[in-house]
Amino acid sequence: MMTSQTHDFAADAGARVRVEALAPVARFSLRVRQQGRAALGRALGLDLPERVGEVARAGERAVLCLGPDEWLIHAPEAETDAIAAAGAEVYAEAPHALVELSDREVSFAITGPAAAELLSIGCPRDLGRLAPGRAVRTVFDSAQVVLWRDGAEAFRVDVWRSFAPHVGALLDAGRAEIAAGL
Amino acid sequence: MLLIHCPYCDETLPEAEFAYAGEAHIIRPADPSTLTDEEWRDFLFIRSNARGPHYERWRHVHGCARFFNAVRDTVSDRFLLTYKAGEKRPDLASLGVAE
Repeated sequence: MMTSQTHDFAADAGARVRVEALAPVARFSLRVRQQGRAALGRALGLDLPERVGEVARAGERAVLCLGPDEWLIHAPEAETDAIAAAGAEVYAEAPHALVELSDREVSFAITGPAAAELLSIGCPRDLGRLAPGRAVRTVFDSAQVVLWRDGAEAFRVDVWRSFAPHVGALLDAGRAEIAAGL
Repeated sequence: MLLIHCPYCDETLPEAEFAYAGEAHIIRPADPSTLTDEEWRDFLFIRSNARGPHYERWRHVHGCARFFNAVRDTVSDRFLLTYKAGEKRPDLASLGVAE
């Protein structure tokens, strides 16, 4: 695991919004054309969703459709080698690019009744139209992020490691302002 | 901020997720080595610089990452239509615009 600058977020159980850095997970980028999709889905044990923003889950694995031929896979770290091997096994039948990005990104969880309000300080999307269970690639204060909506008041943000200190500090500043009632 | 409809995501999204990528429907010459200097200059640099509806490329760079085409009015900044890359260039009459 690479070292990275971490941010200590204040932990306040009663706050309207909480921010925390999440433990590492295995992350993969998958690019595959139409004719290889079914084979890849079988190999990974997931049906690849066809619509941008849709997420399919199987056990602890989640696969998000980022673009017409691009998916993002999250899984427990212990499954890293199994996922790479599953892709290699079907490569001859279904040519694709499956690239491990586990160390490229870190994730923050933003939870609480004011979670959407906190994200709105940096994200230009209309978060009211992002339904729970979906996820999208977007920007947060000009840094590219993948924003997962896990519930009405629960979001996750995946951000490149090099942008994480900036995004983390901005989220913490916003959290402090909301906590102070500003 | 402009709101732009991405034809691949089928959603209308903020401009901050997009990047402008120049005029659309400029076809690269099939055999560049047979071109005169003037023809090559025209291909590389000469653009229509329209006042009014303009065919242009955009990329949903912080989203699905796809290039697509748009018709935007350069006077009002209003998007008349966006469509997928490779689709036929729509004529202005079909968009309700006088040529």
